[in-house]
Amino acid sequence: MSTSHVLLGLLASGPRHGYDLKRAHDERLPRARPLAFGQVYTTLGRLERDGLVRAAAQERAGGPDRTAYEITQPGRAELVAWLGAVEPPAPYVTSTLLAKVVVALMVADRAHAREYLIAQRAAHTARLRELTARKTDPGAALGAVIAADFAIAHLDADLRWLQTTLDRVGATNGEQ
Amino acid sequence: MILQCRGLVRSYGPTQALRGVAMAVDEGEILAVTGPSGCGKSTLLHCLAGITRPDAGEVIYRDQRVDLLSEAGRARLRRTEFGVLFQFGQLVAELTAAENVALPLLLAGTGRREARTAALSWLDRLGVADLAEKRPGEVSGGQQQRVALGRALVTEPRVLYADEPTGALDTLAGEQVLGHMVRLAREQRTTVVLVTHDARVAAYADRELALRDGVADPTGLGLNASAGRHAGSAR
Ligand SMILES: Nc1ncnc2c1ncn2[C@@H]1O[C@H](COP(=O)(O)OP(=O)(O)OP(=O)(O)O)[C@@H](O)[C@H]1O
Ligand SMILES: [Mg+2]
Repeated sequence: MSTSHVLLGLLASGPRHGYDLKRAHDERLPRARPLAFGQVYTTLGRLERDGLVRAAAQERAGGPDRTAYEITQPGRAELVAWLGAVEPPAPYVTSTLLAKVVVALMVADRAHAREYLIAQRAAHTARLRELTARKTDPGAALGAVIAADFAIAHLDADLRWLQTTLDRVGATNGEQ
Repeated sequence: MILQCRGLVRSYGPTQALRGVAMAVDEGEILAVTGPSGCGKSTLLHCLAGITRPDAGEVIYRDQRVDLLSEAGRARLRRTEFGVLFQFGQLVAELTAAENVALPLLLAGTGRREARTAALSWLDRLGVADLAEKRPGEVSGGQQQRVALGRALVTEPRVLYADEPTGALDTLAGEQVLGHMVRLAREQRTTVVLVTHDARVAAYADRELALRDGVADPTGLGLNASAGRHAGSAR
């Protein structure tokens, strides 16, 4: 689940309140389902329990929405690890891919985002080749061919998006 | 290594189609050449196949400098060692499928009967034996491409050059052409240079050479050899 990592990414630039995190999340990832407040707080709770964030300051006494959270050193390490990890190329990972690229652009530089995109594209391409080999195997059963088609169609859509994103990220190279 | 090039440069007037491309392909290997429209894929294929000459750089097929051959020398190479398949099969409209496939053999001096037998056997291997007496206008695009593939392979070339061979076909028809192409290439240990902008087509290859603005894309897959510097061209 990438929500916790998106929150970590949003906290990378400084402490924020729960409400602020929700707004920033929904704004940055307009295609993802809006975050429920409850989910923001459960996620923050889990991150706090794991030592990845901590309460930074409490403005007056009040509910959890008054608490600003900040990312910890282990939290940053976790974020960097997540950003560096290639997603297993499978159908429907696109929204995780999207989250990762948005967060990479937020907390790292374009070069980092590019590196990730290039590695992800390589993983997708390799998988596409595997599926194509499986599908063209003369002994492949119809069901296997259809399943491969399904995966190929989705991976191909992802790949086109990855390439376009690479082009966009590369196009303004040097500005940031 | 059966085919390689180094430092290939080719311009059309002010347009630099190739700006220093290096690549190498092994015997029996299937190499996909990919990249966005206008990046120089077809120009590279034409230089490799001896259809056009580069302005600079070397094309080496086995021990021969293809770029240094005369027009006649390159034509001989294309007749005997190379096969070419384009997006639209470019079959001769007046000839039947069997006659189209037999044509390269007849041009090479093979006798009529022998050429026809070979043509029929290729049509059979490509699953279009029943179309032998049909003219291109009487069969589907996918069937035409299979006939064109037969014509490209009938001379048993060592290198097959295919430029968007399925670009005009729907998924299933394209799949049949690619499936036959890959299977026959493997059987004959034919080297294939497959130009495409479609990742699903490139996935049939063993390896990919990504081009961008006339050079190997430094972020692309496959070998990026010592192709010229990518001078931060904006896109
Ligand atoms: N005969 C020609 N005359 C003038 N310009 C040409 C010629 N052939 C190619 N070009 C130019 O050279 C560049 C590379 O063209 P090329 O056909 O090799 O690209 P491509 O990668 O095959 O593109 P596509 O995917 O659209 O087929 C383009 O800018 C093109 O306009
Ligand atoms: Mg072309």
